[in-house]
Amino acid sequence: MVKRYKLVMVGNGMAGVRTLEELLKIAPDLYDITIFGAEPHPNYNRILLSPVLAGEQTLEQIVLNDWAWYQEHNITLHAGCTVTEVNRARRTVHATGAGGEAISVPYDRLILATGSNPFMLPIPGKELDGVLAYRDIADTQAMIDAAAKYKHAVVIGGGLLGLEAANGLMKRGMQVTVVHAGEWLMERQLDPVAGQMLQKALVERGMGFLMAAQTQELLGNDDGRVTAVRFKDGSEVPADLVVMAVGIRPNTQLAEAMRLHVNRGIVVGDTMQTTTDARIYAVGECAAHRGVAYGLVAPLFEQGKVLANHLAEFGIGRYLGSQTSTKLKVTGIDLFSAGDFMGGAGTEEILLSDPGAGHYKKLVLKDDKLVGACLYGNTVDGSWYFKLLREGRSVADLRDKLMFGESNIGEGGHAGQNQAASMPDSFEVCGCNGVTKGTICKAIKEKGLFTIDEVRKHTKASASCGSCTGLVEQILMATVGGAYAAASAAKPVCACTEHGHQAVRDAIRTHHLISKEEVFAFMEWKTPDGCPSCRPAVNYYLISTWPKEALDDPQSRAINERSHANIQKDGTYSVIPRMWGGETSAAELRRIADVVDKYQIPGVKVTGGQRIDLLGVKKEDLQGVWRDIGMPSGHAYGKSLRTVKTCVGSEWCRFGTQDSSALGRELERALWRMYAPHKVKLAVSGCPRNCAESGIKDVGVIGVDSGWEIHIAGNGGIKTEVAHFFTKVKTAEEVLEISGAFLQLYREEGWYLERTTHYVARVGLEHVKQKVLEDAENRRALWARLQFALEGEPDPWFEGEKARVDERQFIPIAVAA
Amino acid sequence: MTTNWKYICQVADIPRQGARRVARPQGLEVALFRTGADAVYALLDYSPYKGGPLSQGMVFGDNVACPLHNWTISLASGQALAPDEGSTPAFRVRVEDGAVYLDAAELAAHALAQTRPLAGPAQRST
Repeated sequence: MVKRYKLVMVGNGMAGVRTLEELLKIAPDLYDITIFGAEPHPNYNRILLSPVLAGEQTLEQIVLNDWAWYQEHNITLHAGCTVTEVNRARRTVHATGAGGEAISVPYDRLILATGSNPFMLPIPGKELDGVLAYRDIADTQAMIDAAAKYKHAVVIGGGLLGLEAANGLMKRGMQVTVVHAGEWLMERQLDPVAGQMLQKALVERGMGFLMAAQTQELLGNDDGRVTAVRFKDGSEVPADLVVMAVGIRPNTQLAEAMRLHVNRGIVVGDTMQTTTDARIYAVGECAAHRGVAYGLVAPLFEQGKVLANHLAEFGIGRYLGSQTSTKLKVTGIDLFSAGDFMGGAGTEEILLSDPGAGHYKKLVLKDDKLVGACLYGNTVDGSWYFKLLREGRSVADLRDKLMFGESNIGEGGHAGQNQAASMPDSFEVCGCNGVTKGTICKAIKEKGLFTIDEVRKHTKASASCGSCTGLVEQILMATVGGAYAAASAAKPVCACTEHGHQAVRDAIRTHHLISKEEVFAFMEWKTPDGCPSCRPAVNYYLISTWPKEALDDPQSRAINERSHANIQKDGTYSVIPRMWGGETSAAELRRIADVVDKYQIPGVKVTGGQRIDLLGVKKEDLQGVWRDIGMPSGHAYGKSLRTVKTCVGSEWCRFGTQDSSALGRELERALWRMYAPHKVKLAVSGCPRNCAESGIKDVGVIGVDSGWEIHIAGNGGIKTEVAHFFTKVKTAEEVLEISGAFLQLYREEGWYLERTTHYVARVGLEHVKQKVLEDAENRRALWARLQFALEGEPDPWFEGEKARVDERQFIPIAVAA
Repeated sequence: MTTNWKYICQVADIPRQGARRVARPQGLEVALFRTGADAVYALLDYSPYKGGPLSQGMVFGDNVACPLHNWTISLASGQALAPDEGSTPAFRVRVEDGAVYLDAAELAAHALAQTRPLAGPAQRST
């Protein structure tokens, strides 16, 4: 039997247990695991203590890993057990068990996940009965019990935790006074205006406040129970219960006794290894990474993932720090803040202030980038602002719209509804998969979900077209509150790798990688042959970076691009032949009609791209249908050039100023067979009436009397996005060169499955203008590279072998009788 | 009882990281998969979610992703990967000297009940 290493973890909280979950996923058999937990409970969701206190959830509902989970994974859990000493020389953990017995466990690797302790003001009377912190299940239960018996509560500390505690106690019928030393509430998360608005709203609900108050001592009665709080100015308020919520401190007592380096927390490097002892790691609130001890769950989970990766001996993950955002979990009060929301020197502010209506919005910009946001009242766009902030992209092109939020830009599929908080539970959030808000909330609470990816996996909400991602994110944010914070900016391509799209593109170019095997080896992929997310992306990056050199891999393409037809729900296919610029002839229509009869094709439909769709073709018939129709592939199945839609233009139209049909045909002939990060649609209109709808195309051309206007990066799909005016030119040749150069830039720089609208939003219109319009030499080079890439490319319907179409797929194997 | 192994094709007749369909007298086809590591598996060509033809999906590791809604199905067991739930009937496979065999009894009688979902005008009449 293979020897297992001994892994011991001190702490049984969210960050630590999450680390083990990640570890068990990737290396289930490497360690014998022992956990010491101070509380007599299995791992529970600490963030949801506030709803428990407020009576909105029960303790049972917030357990994340029940006792059975520990058993299933052969984890020895010592719950209710205090670790007294760690002997680093002998690598042994000593503890006192729940029944007072001594326990000693040896370790090969040790994780410290001791979390943090509430800070107790060092004032006389702090040891009286009825004086509590607000940190764990015991505190919460004590508060619930006190609320049943007593009347007056004082909460010291007007921060996030203090206000949640005060709200919960008030809901349980107590008269609550919040004592706050600062000038305004939640000063670490809110600016003065928002803080005062919050205070006003809470006063209206019956909460009392003493601001800028200095607590001097707590007074008690003869039974040793607290009775009042006295302040420096001599005044007093009655109190049967005092909750101290003035802050938390990383719990480093044990680490200090072990003589580990501690500075604001246990000091760790990017792999979560302590700087003192290579066998010892720290994760969660007790760890100080680059001088920061995080208190929100998303960064801690990210740390856990990195640590698990190292414990599994993969050795490639690094934690690089996180940005965090805040949301208060007080039902009915919406506030959100992130980043540098105070602003100050060197920054600009965009403000919308209507305190009377309870509406306030402040955005802080620096060098055209969003660096902070503070929202009160309407927090719908919190997740969008946070995304912009994390991406650190220029918002110059959005500045005039920024304040009105993402909803202002308009999405389809959910009845224009953009406010998660006001939706009823029955509201259908995800129109593709029929998922209601209630289903999402239930899954988040019951399954302990924290990230948008987890919600997507469990509920399928936003898993199809993705247009409701923002809404789902809002629901997630509202449900887990302060715990929610999205991870670092560079999102990995998929779970097979730590690398993002840009890193993969760069590596392929810089290191001249020409096969997926080379990419997977060079970038240390975690899976042997990738997954349906990364393989098509990598294949596209290879063939677009090294045309004529990197070989297309059909097995890395989704079914439609592998069979060169669109799969339908019953497993049949649809066939759309190419009609240049949407023009056809009697001969073509006659052949199509004959094919429909011959192969008994059940559906014939005119498409939005001015072509004809034959639906319900059996896979066995595809090759015959292509051959008999005798028209080129329409590539309606590909991440590739689809159609060039045209109006009849000056050939026929009495208003036409330009020959849009001819230019459309020319563009389509120049660009067909072009693969791209996503589908590409063009249109050419012959006059500003714009009958070909050029304003919502990847490249839209509009004829005017003096020439042609070119518009780029429009979109008519999930998110209706009007194209940006790009430039105006005189001749058709210029339209071809500029359109081609723009599309080649997109092909070279776009991330897989990124439409032109998202690509241009990411890199900025200015960048595209510079590369295509201002730099004429570069434009010609781009156009030449596109022509080189398309030169001699096969039509997969007629040159199957050259297009690497595996013809065996069309014929089922017949079994001899 | 001895198994009557029916010769189907050579391993080389199945594209690597791909699949072939095997037609049977009754019931839906059997999808015959070959992984990147040349392991061969057989499942009913039918996703437990909405009946998509798994033979058309992308093969990765020992899994296939359904071409319709991207459910991941384990090739060895036919089980959907968590958190999805459901399973596809699996068929026994034997590989010998590069030749692939299926159990004749299973081919004839295993998993005959499943049918493809209807599409197009066919579903209007009902």
